[in-house]
Amino acid sequence: MSQADVPTASGGRNPAGQPRSVLDDTGIRRALMRIAHEIVERNSDPENLYLVAIPNGGEPLARILARNLHEIVDVDVAVGVLDTTLYRDDLVTTGERPRLRRTEMPSAVDDRVVILVDDVVKTGRTIRAAMDALMDFGRPKVVQVVGLVDRGHRELPIKLDYVGKNVPTRTGETVHLRGADGCLDDRLEVVLLDAASGGTA
Amino acid sequence: MIGRDLLGIEDLEREDIERILETANHMREIGEREVKKVPTLRGRTVVNLFFEASTRTRVSFEIAGKRLSADVINFSPAHSSLKKSESILDTARTLDAMDPDVVIVRHAVAGVPKRIADVLDAPVINAGDGAHEHPTQALLDLLTVQQEKGRIDGLTVTIVGDIVHSRVARSNIYGFRKMGAEVRVVAPPPMIPAAVETLGVKAFTSMREALDGADVVMALRIQNERLAGSYFPSIREYAATFGLDRAKLQFAKDDVIVMHPGPVNRGVELSHDLADHRPSVILDQVRNGVAIRMAVLYLFSGRRKAGRSERIQGSS
Amino acid sequence: MTRLLIRGGRILDPASGRDEFGDLLVEDGRIAAVGPGLDAREAEVLDAEGAWVAPGFVDLHTHLREPGQEYKEDIGSGGRSAVAGGFTAIACMANTHPVNDDPAMTDFIIDRAEHDSPARVYPIAAATKGLEGRVMTEMIALVAAGAVAFSDDGKTIMNGGVMRRVLEYSNLVGVPVVVHCEDLTLVGDGVVNEGPASTRLGLPGNPAIAEDLHVARDVMLAELTGAYLHVAHVSTAGGIDAIRRARERGVNITAEVTPHHLTLTDEETLGYDTNTKVAPPLRSKADMLACRAALVDGTLDAVATDHAPHAQYEKDQEFSEAPPGMIGFETAAPVVLDLVRTGEITPLELMRRMSTNPARILGKPGGNLAEGQPADIVVFDPERSWVYDAAKGYSKSQNSPWDGRTMTGRAVATIVGGRLVYHVDRGVLVP
Repeated sequence: MSQADVPTASGGRNPAGQPRSVLDDTGIRRALMRIAHEIVERNSDPENLYLVAIPNGGEPLARILARNLHEIVDVDVAVGVLDTTLYRDDLVTTGERPRLRRTEMPSAVDDRVVILVDDVVKTGRTIRAAMDALMDFGRPKVVQVVGLVDRGHRELPIKLDYVGKNVPTRTGETVHLRGADGCLDDRLEVVLLDAASGGTA
Repeated sequence: MIGRDLLGIEDLEREDIERILETANHMREIGEREVKKVPTLRGRTVVNLFFEASTRTRVSFEIAGKRLSADVINFSPAHSSLKKSESILDTARTLDAMDPDVVIVRHAVAGVPKRIADVLDAPVINAGDGAHEHPTQALLDLLTVQQEKGRIDGLTVTIVGDIVHSRVARSNIYGFRKMGAEVRVVAPPPMIPAAVETLGVKAFTSMREALDGADVVMALRIQNERLAGSYFPSIREYAATFGLDRAKLQFAKDDVIVMHPGPVNRGVELSHDLADHRPSVILDQVRNGVAIRMAVLYLFSGRRKAGRSERIQGSS
Repeated sequence: MTRLLIRGGRILDPASGRDEFGDLLVEDGRIAAVGPGLDAREAEVLDAEGAWVAPGFVDLHTHLREPGQEYKEDIGSGGRSAVAGGFTAIACMANTHPVNDDPAMTDFIIDRAEHDSPARVYPIAAATKGLEGRVMTEMIALVAAGAVAFSDDGKTIMNGGVMRRVLEYSNLVGVPVVVHCEDLTLVGDGVVNEGPASTRLGLPGNPAIAEDLHVARDVMLAELTGAYLHVAHVSTAGGIDAIRRARERGVNITAEVTPHHLTLTDEETLGYDTNTKVAPPLRSKADMLACRAALVDGTLDAVATDHAPHAQYEKDQEFSEAPPGMIGFETAAPVVLDLVRTGEITPLELMRRMSTNPARILGKPGGNLAEGQPADIVVFDPERSWVYDAAKGYSKSQNSPWDGRTMTGRAVATIVGGRLVYHVDRGVLVP
């Protein structure tokens, strides 16, 4: 999710721990194509789809999914960005306030099939926050969730509708999507850092 | 980064100001939603402690707090009872016993928010103290200029009017200087504070010189009743000499914008047409006020003094 | 016959210029002998090794608040605080409730002091009735009752005609008229020194010119009338300049300066601490340096504390509302010792400005260690390091900007009229 303290694709190796690639660019793009097909299979009216990305990692994934959907069904699917920071359930305990990110919801969500898109799903708390945020924008007909990587360790009853890859991890480890800051065709990679390298999830 | 209290712009680093402006930019989007409310400060108590009446600022903080789901309590101690039986610090200690999460303080005398912050566990936001500072006003002014001009660095900002009595002037001087702008002040000489150049500004008495090449002109409110006759001879002479109108704006840049912290004395600080139309951006300032105060409440509501958390741990 | 031997100290007697190690013998309340290796038979011995033995400090300017404001201070608590700071005599201003503008009130203060205060107390009477700046007080009767000077202090006499007649009339009694020089029309609402500090604080400035101008006026009136003018708490370079030039012309004036104006500047006010609010205000660094130089060169004759106790709840008010003033007895000597540490002044000359000169201005004994003089003595350890805790002091009030600060130098023993009234290890001993 937060990319602030994560080495970027061009930034080389983290000296503290050895990042292990769990999903490379080809794997990511293949997974997103498969997910696009699954979305079309499960939803009869592609015109009514609305991809809502959770920044920052979800945003390039949602755009790639939109491109894939366009290829498959020739429909321009709406893409929104929804920051969940102000809906987090841990703000009472944190001292330093997390940085806010962009929210841009170009069309109404009422009666739409909203597909939330996140890069890495672990506890489910971000998805919970995203659903609360979504409800402030209206009443979607259906909400489904895409997670590129599912780490497990769920703390809330949240089930993913579409998963790129299940990656069993330990709690101390962190998993990041790299290369998400750039344009659509930059190389993407999901990497795992061990606890010693000190990233935050 | 961001300290515990927001007492003045003088205490902030440039990065702090940038962080607040960036956060406020995100907060503006919430105000454009159908449901203008996020749950961020649910269960938190924000107290508007206004010793000096100011409906505009109080309402702006109140809306900001409510949009973040905080419980906002307005507390305006009567000044007379204060003087007789209770000092400001007594009031602060009483308030502290009620465990507020953020206290917003407005007072006619400089320094009161600082003194209150010294005894309170909760973070204190200064909503204007005497002629000292009014940090959220300066922040909303900075946000407005950033939106209008796309930058603050390198701009020339001219502040016109009652500098000596103005907290808005001081906060804006610190804010614009820290963000890299050149700041000029212009006023009848009795309204220029002593050693004003130590604040990093250049003082003028000629409007033509002060406005020459200005990107932003900020007119300050004149407290008519109190000042006419002692700091300048008459409202008429002030308006003619230091009041902004389209003719005087000719000296400034073509794309100059005009600001005013409100409420405007029409025909005094600003000519009637300037008060309502471009290049004045007064309503944008008001709109940005809510976003800035949301950002400030969000960023400054996370901290408590050690004393408070120790107390909570100790009692558990 | 009671004998007290103060042994092995550095004897500093400004009156004679003596600065040498030796003993000092007190007999029956008077100084009996000063010199090396004095006979100590039957005498109580006070060890003064490493300390200065000097005439007890004399404070020209204090507020003891009794009668009327005993919640801030009374003559007893003020006197105890004074001896704890090494003062053996203090002059108290007339702004009590009721005002000391009547011989009966002067009597009352003197009587109360005899019972309650370990330090000698000299009342300064009001120059005008009720400190109102209109009707002059009965100076002859007041002096007969024991008033040592006349002053409206903080209630500056703005009316030049009244001030002129007060000075003229004071020639009948020959005691000083003490003036708090601030032109109130220029002070306006000012509560901090006008300059960078007031501009940053956003508090109304009190300009130095308000003091400069008023010093100049009173000095010229003193010159006109030939009266004895004493300028209280001088704080500006301009005021000092006016005094210096008048002295060169032979005008009969003396002047005092406070420990705070000698060592603190308006930068201290930047945190809005109301304990830094005084009248006149803490000034610029240039003014502070001018005060130090003037104390050294003698333009300013004496150090006076302007000890002004106020209750905590009063100082808890807004900066503009809080009453001006700070307490000063127990911190004065360590604070002004800074001028010795920097080499600006010798210990002997500092003691002169703490004792000999103020005693002379009041026309009272003191400031003199000659044989036969009343034994008003301070034993002062200039190296002793301690943390000042106002709450543990003897004053009823705690309004000090030095509260909590580490001080160097402390009175270790104070003797008034031959009686040990204070010892640092035993506290105040009488009454």
